[in-house]
Parts: sequence; structure tokens; C-alpha cells
Amino acid sequence: MSVTLIFLAVIAAIIVWWLSGQRLASKPWLETGSVQLPDHHGTDQQQPPVPAVKIGLFVFLGVVGALFSLAVSAYFMRMASTDWWGTPVPRLLWVNTAALALSSVALQWARREAGHGHMESLRPVLAAAFALALFFLVGQVQAWRELTAAGYVLADNPANSFFYMLTGLHGLHILGGLAVLAHTTVRAFASDVQPDRLRLSIDLSAIYSHFMLAVWLLLFALFAGWANDFFDLCRTLLT
Amino acid sequence: MVEIPSGSAGAIPSAEVEDVELYHPKSWWTKYVFSQDAKIIAVQYSLTAIAIGLVALVLSWLMRLQLAFPGYFAFIDADHYYQFITMHGMIMVIYLLTALFLGGFGNYLIPLMVGARDMVFPYANMLSYWIYLLAVLILAAGFFAPGGPTGAGWTLYPPQAVLSGTPGGKDWGILLMLSSLIVFIIGFTMGGLNYVVTVLQGRARGMTLMRMPLTVWGIFTATVMALLAFPALFVACVMMLFDRLLGTSFFMPAIVEMGEQLQHGGGSPILFQHLFWFFGHPEVYIVALPAFGIVSDLISTHARKNIFGYRMMVWAIVVIGALSFIVWAHHMYVSGMNPAFGFFFATTTLIIAVPTAIKVYNWVLTLWRGDIHLTLPMLFALAFIVTFVNGGLTGLFLGNVVVDVPLSDTMFVVAHFHMVMGVAPILVIFGAICHWYPKVTGRMLNETLGQIHFWTTFLGTYAIFFPMHYLGLLGVPRRYFEMGETAFVPPSAHTLNIFITVMALIVGAAQMVFLFNLVWSLFRGREAGGNPWRATTLEWQTPQTPPAHGNWGKELPVVYRWAYDYSVPGAAEDFIPQTAPADGGITREVPA
Amino acid sequence: MAVVLILVLIVVGSVLFHVLSPWWWTPIASNWTYIDSTLVITFWITGIVFVAVVSFMAYCVFRFRHKPGSQAAYEPENRRLEWLLASGTAVGVAAMLAPGLVVWNQFITVPDDAVPVEVVSQQWLWSFRLPGADGKLGRAETRDVSPENPLGLNKNDASGLDDVIIEGGELHLPVGKPVRILLRSVDVLHDFYVPEFRAKMDMIPGMITYFWFTPTRTGSFEILCAELCGIGHAQMRGTVVVEEAADYQTWLGQQQTFTQLMASGEPRPAN
Ligand code: HEM
Ligand SMILES: [Cu+2]
Ligand SMILES: [Cu+2]
Repeated sequence: MSVTLIFLAVIAAIIVWWLSGQRLASKPWLETGSVQLPDHHGTDQQQPPVPAVKIGLFVFLGVVGALFSLAVSAYFMRMASTDWWGTPVPRLLWVNTAALALSSVALQWARREAGHGHMESLRPVLAAAFALALFFLVGQVQAWRELTAAGYVLADNPANSFFYMLTGLHGLHILGGLAVLAHTTVRAFASDVQPDRLRLSIDLSAIYSHFMLAVWLLLFALFAGWANDFFDLCRTLLT
Repeated sequence: MVEIPSGSAGAIPSAEVEDVELYHPKSWWTKYVFSQDAKIIAVQYSLTAIAIGLVALVLSWLMRLQLAFPGYFAFIDADHYYQFITMHGMIMVIYLLTALFLGGFGNYLIPLMVGARDMVFPYANMLSYWIYLLAVLILAAGFFAPGGPTGAGWTLYPPQAVLSGTPGGKDWGILLMLSSLIVFIIGFTMGGLNYVVTVLQGRARGMTLMRMPLTVWGIFTATVMALLAFPALFVACVMMLFDRLLGTSFFMPAIVEMGEQLQHGGGSPILFQHLFWFFGHPEVYIVALPAFGIVSDLISTHARKNIFGYRMMVWAIVVIGALSFIVWAHHMYVSGMNPAFGFFFATTTLIIAVPTAIKVYNWVLTLWRGDIHLTLPMLFALAFIVTFVNGGLTGLFLGNVVVDVPLSDTMFVVAHFHMVMGVAPILVIFGAICHWYPKVTGRMLNETLGQIHFWTTFLGTYAIFFPMHYLGLLGVPRRYFEMGETAFVPPSAHTLNIFITVMALIVGAAQMVFLFNLVWSLFRGREAGGNPWRATTLEWQTPQTPPAHGNWGKELPVVYRWAYDYSVPGAAEDFIPQTAPADGGITREVPA
Repeated sequence: MAVVLILVLIVVGSVLFHVLSPWWWTPIASNWTYIDSTLVITFWITGIVFVAVVSFMAYCVFRFRHKPGSQAAYEPENRRLEWLLASGTAVGVAAMLAPGLVVWNQFITVPDDAVPVEVVSQQWLWSFRLPGADGKLGRAETRDVSPENPLGLNKNDASGLDDVIIEGGELHLPVGKPVRILLRSVDVLHDFYVPEFRAKMDMIPGMITYFWFTPTRTGSFEILCAELCGIGHAQMRGTVVVEEAADYQTWLGQQQTFTQLMASGEPRPAN
């Protein structure tokens, strides 16, 4: 469970950091009459308030993070048993990784365009981001088929089982993101674009996409066996 | 004497009329069925939870009948008994308590108490309820599925849960249970995001965190915990589904079942236990923290005194929430995990006792020098303290690793967790319903019926579960369909079992009185007015009762003080609502 | 007033119940009296806290219940009192935890002279294996379980050939000799539980778990299964007989070894 505990420590650090700005040590009964604005209204006019959806997205990413760190914890715990032998990493995964990364880059680009108010020029970029993410998904399914064809079937070995389960869970999250991205893309092509809402949507999609890319890279490292090497390194450094 | 800066009341502009995007229902369907109003969703959640909870209650009678009169009821055989246990436990913990505290009270109280018009994502909120309902239906479908519901115990430990020696293991039962949990978690996440973000972003002007009522603190912290803990159950359920349906071996070692070698190999049943309890222990606090928060407010309001040590109470909630993520393995002391973990987990578990004890002290110290109105909510709060202290203290037995060795998996455990996470939170729920019923319906509950229900429930449950500890001490294991002839169990213990069952039936009957009261008072109850308890918090200051869609007429409330200005010296009344501007020039005695 | 009375009755009633009830642990038959002592310490500390808190509450309700014209005091907090109570609690908790951890350390530290005894569980039957003359148990695997070889011993492991196998019968133990109970399951989770020994531990397929104890009194004790293992869970009983060394040796001499079992080709019918 060490991966989960590390993840929780990060979350705890964020919560502590946030709470430390909330004057938890103040004595509220002595502060009658004052009306501080809640922090989200922005202390000065320069900073517009963070939209609720964005906070919602961050909280959701916390949940997704918990999900994957638990699954990865399970991976490591299960790996300790003797019947484990690694699943080879199909070459295709490299291509898929590149596609997912490019999709993230495209979204980041669209985000910048939207920030500068170029609502026209971001359309093809959005479409590209969508297509790339879709390519990733199709590629993942293809990778499954290659592995199965090569005889690495789901139930044969725990490493295979984890491979399919984790890529499957990740794929479902990408699929969910794609649905939202499709919605945003369609909106971007509509004749009556609402720049503010579109900007926000692109913002959210970009954040989500970066996060899922990060999750994927970690999973990829796990499958490729680098994560274990890293852990071993840590262990030798510590002892 | 400290002069309180009276604030610059005149300089505060009135709250801007926020241009909220409220969804305006167009028809009866979207107003009452597919409603996006958190208050309606709250009622939907509560009624569904109570309905499925009644099923669990009936199951508990059947189990108790079997334990008191083994062999007397032909239709309760071992299969059924284990199915009843499992469904009873799972329904009570997840589908009743979690759903009612977070989906029910969370939805109703958070927006009202922090001064918001609604949850921040009303549509997701509505979906959350319908997905929850779907989860309940899938769960209930187990009763009608071939082979019946699963009988694996609410802990669903593999390999037993997916093998044929367990009811539902090779049939539909376990599949429906796992799917229902997965669906529940998805639905909960939608609701949970709402509760958290509403507290973060939806607070009215002046509602700083330290001005929030403890109810909101409790529900908020519990939701954050649930969002982090439920994924563990989710992963465990998905992996078990894989094992059961696709032949993987996540949790399944090599097994000879009834003389036959199974295909599985190498899996780790302990891995499941870690995942399950990583969720399961926080789950205890997910139902306890909202109860802690609510009971603090009930005590304060009905003792007309500020909650004692508010800051300490807030810190304790946060600390308990954090610590409860590193104690899970105290459920696994005799599970065969590395015994050295025992030292760590016993220590963390007993450390949690300290912030928990602080909360108890502060509740009783709030009563000290109070002006205690023995209303129904106050009675339930007192009953909660007795029950919770009892159950919390027996937790010190089970948390202290070596003392747990003889007691684990006995009736002592059953008695303990019923006291601490079964009865205690349920008492708070009753208290809370009595307290907020006037706000939800505009009428008071009937006092006589309420008293009958209160005394039977409080004393009855105590009579059920207090003696039960001693059966466990004797060595009677839990989850036993029948004890049979055993040298170390004297016949007198059997008499005790009959007594417990009779009490359980009486307590069960008393719940019908409560339900009747809920319905009867809806039509015949005394008109309550907007603030019958003369309480300070925002939900009692709404322009209408029951509050209309959008909660606050045209202008959002502005908050000028904390939630506990009761019996302020020099004030005209014994409470000052949070919305009352500065009490110009009132001096207060504040202990340095 | 009724409330006060009932709160007091709860305190008095609970204490009286504790003192007078005939239901208490069974007389111990192992060396784990320390566990009982830790339990008693915990009873004292928690009992005192329970009586104190509920009595205080009863007093508060009595003294400060609403009367016309009464007003509550205004006291947001009292740091000294709160820290005092918190430290007091911490001391009480430490007083329970410290002996608990010391005893746990003993519980998990198996003495070197403890004799290994294997308990194998299956739905819903207990079997046992004792080391033969070599004092060692041979290797065993669930994969090797078959009707002829119900405990799945490895036939190529020489140290297993003289192991004594008792399928579904009684387990005998010599009094006063520490034993290390090795627990193995071939199907689902079970838990080896003899109330008189106080100790218990889950049995997990695919793993060997253990605990140790020294039987301190002769007699026949019932084995229960304490981890839900399917519909037969409550019926899964067995017997341990603790006897003098001489009786034990006689009994041991009558049991079948693995080699004999293989030779006879027929497993003894489970009784
Ligand atoms: C008066 C009400 C109740 C009665 C009479 C009752 C009775 C029982 C009984 C007889 C058992 C089975 C004990 C055994 O043989 O192991 C049981 C188990 C259980 N109960 Fe209750 N119960 C009540 C309320 C609750 C509540 C409110 C909760 C909520 C937390 C709850 C949660 C559980 C759980 C989690 C189990 C364990 C199931 C398992 O072993 O898998 N019960 N209850
Ligand atoms: Cu726990
Ligand atoms: Cu068993």
C-alpha cells in the first residue's frame, strides 16, 4: 500500500496547505460583525474567482488519482507472489503514448489560442486533439488484440490480468474525457460561440488530458518494468 | 472583559443579487421526480434509504429469531441466514447510513447552512440520486435472482465469496452485489463532488470556514474521506468481478474446492482484505463524522449554549479524518498478515481515541452550565453520547491488538460495532429528523409518539447490545447460524439470546411508531413557524418554510458571526442568528 | 427528572451486570494469562471512563435542565481544561497500549523449543499433521491435494514421509510443551479458534500462518471455526485433547504416518 500512502500524503499536504490559509486557529466568537469575503471571491479584483467546475475537476482528479494509486498498490502487492512473469510491452504502446502526448499538446495549444481570443484558429487544433485521443484508444484496443494473439491472454498470468484491467480502466477514463471533448469541439464549431464558456471547457479538457497522460506514463513505466527498477533503486539508496 | 470590535456594519454593502443559473422546473415531473433541487433530492435520498433500511431491519428480526429459537423456523436455513447477515450488514452500512447522512442530510443541509442557493452542480446531483436508486434496485434484485443474494458476509472476503460453498457465490448473488456497489460508488462520486465543491465555493459572504456549523464540517470531512476511500472498494469489486467472471487470479490462490482442483492460482486473499479495509475503516468515520457534527449542533441548540471548544472540535474532526486512513489493518490482526504490523496499527488506532475522546468531553462540557431543554433532539443527543461512549470504549479492546486476539470474530465485535456505528449514528439520525422535520415540512413531530419511540429505541438497543458483549467474552463466534451444543457456553447464555431477540423485536416495532409519526405529523403536526428551536444557523433564517427553490428570496444571506451565539451576555434573546449584524457595543466576558 | 434517573440506572445497571452476570470467559487452558490481564486492565480503565462520563452527564442534566428564567453560561472554550483532559486521556490510552504491545511481542515471538503442529482446514473439516521422528514437517502444497493425499504432501520430500496425518480426527497435544501451530487451508478462509486457549488465527489458502501457545491443563476442548467459510461455518467443529506426555505418546503411536497412508491407498474415512 506504499504507493497509496504516498498519494495520500500528497493529498494531505494539499489539504494542509489549503487549511493553513483558512485561519483555523482564529477565535470565531471574537470576530462578530466582520464580513470577510470567502476566499473564492478573490481578495483583490485582479484575480477572477476560480470557477466551481474547475475546483470540481480537481477534486475529481483526486478521486481518479486515488483509484489508480490503489490499483497500482494492488499491482505491487500481487507482484510479490511467485507465479508472476512479466507481460511484454507491445511496440504499439510507444505510438499510442506519442498520440496521447500529442493530444495533450494540442489541447494546451488550443488553450493558449483561446486565451488570446483566437476562437477561429483553435478549431482545427481541437479537432486534432480529439482525433489523436481517439487514435490512442483504438491503438490500445489493437495492442490488446496483438497481445491476445500472441498468447498473452487475460487469465493466464496476473501480470496480464493487471495489464488488461489497468489499461481498461484508463481507457474508460479517456473515453469519458473524449465524450466531453467531443461536446466542446462541436461547440467550438458552432456559429454562435460563447468565448467564455468555450475557454473554460477547453481549459478543463486540457487539465484532464494532462492528468490522464501523466497516469498513462506512470502505468506505462509500470508495465515496462521501470517502476520496479526505480523502487529497487530507492531501496538500495535507503539501505 | 474584552471590548469586541463592533465591525463596520454600515460599510458592508448588501450582498449582490447573484445571477445564479438555477434550473427552473417546468413540469411536475421535473419539479418532484427529476428534480435538480438539492432539497427534493435530499428527500428522495432519505426515503429510498429508509425504505431499503426497513428491509435490513426485517432481516435483523429474522436473524435474531433464528439465534434465539434455532430450528424453530423452517424457512431460515443456513443459506438464508448467511444471506440475511450479508444483506443486513451491507444495506445498513452503505445503502442506509452513508446514503442518508451524505445524500440525505448533506443535500438538505449543506446549501442551506452555508447560504447557497443550491448545490453547485444540480444536474450531477440529480444523476447521483438516480444512480443510487439504480444501485439499490440492483442490490434488491439479489433477493429475486436464482440462488438468492450473496451470503459472503458484508466483508465479501474471497475466495469464499465466489465459490459454491457460499450462497450466491456461483450464482447471481455476488455479481449483483459487486455491480450494485460499483454503481453506488459512481453515483456517490457525483454527489460527493457536489458536497465538497459547494462547501468550497458556494458559501455566502462572511461564511468563513470557522463560522460553519459543525454539521457542515462533519459532512464535508466525511465526504472528502469517502471520495478517497470508496475507490478502494471500487478497485476491489472490479478485481473480484474479474476473478469471478473472467477466471483471473487477483485474489484466488490454488484451491481444492470440494475435492476438485480449481484453475486459479497464486492470488492473495489478503490483498482483498487490505483494499476492503482501506475503504472499510474510513467508512466507519464516514458515518460517524456527520453524526458527530450534527449531534454537536443539536446539543448546542437545545442546551442554549455555544458548543464548548469549537476550535478543538474542528481540529478533532480533521485529525480523525486524516488518522482514519492509517488504521485499517486493525481489522486484520488475526488475518495472518505480517504480525509486526500489529504494533503500528494498534498504536495508530489507540491514538485516534484521543481526538475522539476530546469530542465526547466537549459535548458533555457543553451541557455543563447550559440551559438544557429536554426536547426530542436533545434526548437523542444524550442517548447518542451514552451509546457512543460505550461503543467507543469497547473499541479500545479491539484496537489493542493482543486483546483483540480472543475477542475478534466473536459476538463482542458484533456488539461493539452495532453500538458505535449502528445504533449511535441511527440515534443521531432520529435526533436530526426531529430537529429538522419542522424545516422540511413546516410542522412539528408529535411529541408523545416521539417520546415512546425514543425511550423504546434507546433503552431497547442498549438492552440488545450491552449484554451481547458478554456472549462474545464467553467465546460465542459471530456469523454462527446456530451455536449448537458446546461445553463452554452455559444454558443461561441461551436465555440471554432469547431476551436479546425479544428486545430486538420490540425495538423494531417502535420504528413503526416513528414512521407513523412522520406521516401523521405531516398532516396533523403543529405548525412550526420558521425557527421553532430559536436556532442561529442559516437554514432557520430562510424567508419561507419549507424553503422555496433557490432557498433565499432575492438576496443571499450575509453572515456576521459564528454559528453558536447562544446566551450571549447582554443580548436581548438567548440566540443571535448568524445573519444578525454586529451587536454594537455589547461586551462579552471571554476567558483569556 | 426521568432522564436523570434513567441515566443513573444505566450506569448502575451496566456495572451490576458486569459484576453479577454469569457470563464471563471460559477458564483458561494455555499460557496466555497475560492476554486476560490486559483485558482486565482495559475493563477497569474503560469502565471508569464510562461511569465518569455518563454520571457527569446525568449530573449536568439534573443541575442545568431548563427552568423558567434560567440562562446558559457563555463559555466558548477553556484551553487549560481541554488540554488537561486530552493529556489525561493520552495517559489512560498509553496505560492500555503499553502492556498490550508487550504481550503482543510475546505472542508473535515463538520460542525455539516449540514443536510444530500443522492444522489444515477445508470446507468443513479439520485435519492435522504432526512431525514424525525427525521432528520436521515435510513440504506440502494445495496443488498436490488429491483423494489419496488429502493434505497435499510433497511425496519427494523425505522429511514428510514420517509425518503423522490425522484427517478429520482429534488432535492430541502434550501438556506443558509449547507448540507452534502452523495453519493452512486448501479452499477458503477459516480460523482456528479454541476459546480456552485464547489465541486464534485465520487460515489462508496459499499461505501458512501461525501462532504459538503452551497448553497448561489437560482436558478436551472444542475447536471452532471463527472466520465465515460458507454455509457449514457453524458446524465446522473439531476437538483438541491435551493430555500427559505418556498418554500422548501412546496416542501418537496409534496414528498413521504419511507412508502408511500412501501404502494403504485408502484414506481413512473422515469421522
Ligand atoms: C436493532 C437493530 C439491529 C439488530 C437487532 C441487528 C442485528 C444483527 C444481527 C443478529 C447480526 C448478525 C450477527 C452475527 O451472527 O454475526 C447483525 C450483523 C450486522 N449488523 Fe446489525 N442489527 C441491527 C442494526 C444494525 C445497524 C443500524 C447497522 C449499521 C451499521 C448494522 C450493521 C450490521 C453489520 C455490518 C453486521 C455484520 C454483517 C456481517 O457479519 O457480515 N446493524 N446485526
Ligand atoms: Cu476500523
Ligand atoms: Cu471454517
